[in-house]
Amino acid sequence: MKVRFSNINHHFGSTRVLDRIDLDVKEGEFVCILGPSGCGKSTLLNIVGGFVKPSEGEVRIDDEPVTGPDPRRIFVFQERGVFPWLDVEQNISFGLFKLPEGEQRRRIDHYVQMVGLKGFEHAYPRELSGGMKQRLEVARALAVNPDVLYLDEPFGALDSITRLQMRRELLRIWEAERKTILFVTHDIEESVQLADRVVVMSQRPARIQKIVPIDIPHPRDLSDPRYIALRDSIFGEIGLAHQV
Amino acid sequence: MRRLVPFLGVALAVFAWHLAVVMTGTRLVPSPWAAVRAIGELAQKGLLLKYIVASLFRVTWGYFLALLLAIPFGIALGTWRRGELAVNPLIQVLRPISPLAWIPIAILWFGVGDLSAVFLIFLASFFPLTVTAMQAVHNIETIHLSAGTNFGLSRPQLLVRVILPAILPQLVVGMRLALGVAWLVVVAAEMIAVNSGLGFLIVDARNAGDRYDLVVAGMILIGAIGVVLDLLMRRLETLDFVRWGYASE
Ligand SMILES: Nc1ncnc2c1ncn2[C@@H]1O[C@H](COP(=O)(O)OP(=O)(O)OP(=O)(O)O)[C@@H](O)[C@H]1O
Ligand SMILES: [Mg+2]
Repeated sequence: MKVRFSNINHHFGSTRVLDRIDLDVKEGEFVCILGPSGCGKSTLLNIVGGFVKPSEGEVRIDDEPVTGPDPRRIFVFQERGVFPWLDVEQNISFGLFKLPEGEQRRRIDHYVQMVGLKGFEHAYPRELSGGMKQRLEVARALAVNPDVLYLDEPFGALDSITRLQMRRELLRIWEAERKTILFVTHDIEESVQLADRVVVMSQRPARIQKIVPIDIPHPRDLSDPRYIALRDSIFGEIGLAHQV
Repeated sequence: MRRLVPFLGVALAVFAWHLAVVMTGTRLVPSPWAAVRAIGELAQKGLLLKYIVASLFRVTWGYFLALLLAIPFGIALGTWRRGELAVNPLIQVLRPISPLAWIPIAILWFGVGDLSAVFLIFLASFFPLTVTAMQAVHNIETIHLSAGTNFGLSRPQLLVRVILPAILPQLVVGMRLALGVAWLVVVAAEMIAVNSGLGFLIVDARNAGDRYDLVVAGMILIGAIGVVLDLLMRRLETLDFVRWGYASE
């Protein structure tokens, strides 16, 4: 088992946020954490990322308790996480300072290529579009070769076309590198398109309401009846009729 | 053409000044030409460069001393909540006191001379710079600090690779404003404490026989040098490693 949440409770002051979260994530698995706004998804991700200490319970990764942030597990924020004072190359190499220069060079080139930023190596974030900044942040995370990625609504601020492209990119990268991915979203379609399993959270204080395995191989056909059935079952789970 | 407009404005003002003096025959204000001649006279006596250098010398010392102490101090307060809580009220009380109010104490501590003037400039720059650095640290995006720690940076590495670059744009603006204040204060300080420099020139010209042409010459020099200092500091704001901070988003 790669990541194990055991009996996580969390409250901020008198606000109870997380209620007895138990969850196991397998190595190489893509798990989406889905839930209504404000339920505690980011809090949960910050706990596994080591940025917030849970009020109760513990998270273990590779059977070691999480005590703080760790470069083996990188948190990808919305695109605001890139460093605006560094250009694309410098951002990608930010976490590579312990590696020899040749290896740094190799990784920069590899990931610039992988996320499609060739030709923008010396551009600053202010010169990039939202989608490019997001790809840059993913590249910066991948460059240190972490075994887990945490993504907190990484595509939330992007337009719907870019968002679809980014999902495809992320799946392509995940299939190539087989990282364990914990992906927070409040977009049901997004979770069914991406995940091996969707963890549906309740309103705050958030419990795990249901875990829905998405047993459709990639690339997923969005008009496949199986896809639609799973998506609708999650809509139902959250208590939304599938109508606007 | 657009670049000429500001010069045109100045030229017009000088011309109006000239006309006003000539037509009224007033003795209350020297004419611009008299002021220019006075500058020439200073140059001839070898005082022009001497006084400018004297003033700049005092500003340089006081200002750089302030930079050296205020920036680390401000960063320390910005990152250390308790220290800030303890020290901030004191800073807020001392800050609105004009550096000129310190003149008697400066003379008591450092005597009449360069040291007093340097001390006053130091004070004038120290508080705004401290507050700027402190505020700038508060304004750092938590996400950037989190990302830095996530990539395994130690505290010193975080300081050098995240905190410093993140605060630099605000710091540079603060440095420019502080230099403006320092220049304002050096001239005032020299009116009391020393016997060289542009502030001294102004007081001395009046005392030594009502040479108002020299007074105005001094004022013009002070203004011009102030503009040059400001322009130099503005150049810093165009450098790549701070420019990101001024982008309008
Ligand atoms: N640092 C904090 N201090 C106090 N309360 C907090 C803090 N962070 C989050 N909260 C509260 O905890 C609850 C859960 O917040 P969280 O950010 O985890 O929700 P979320 O599910 O990520 O929401 P969204 O989908 O809107 O991002 C909210 O009620 C929020 O106000
Ligand atoms: Mg959130």
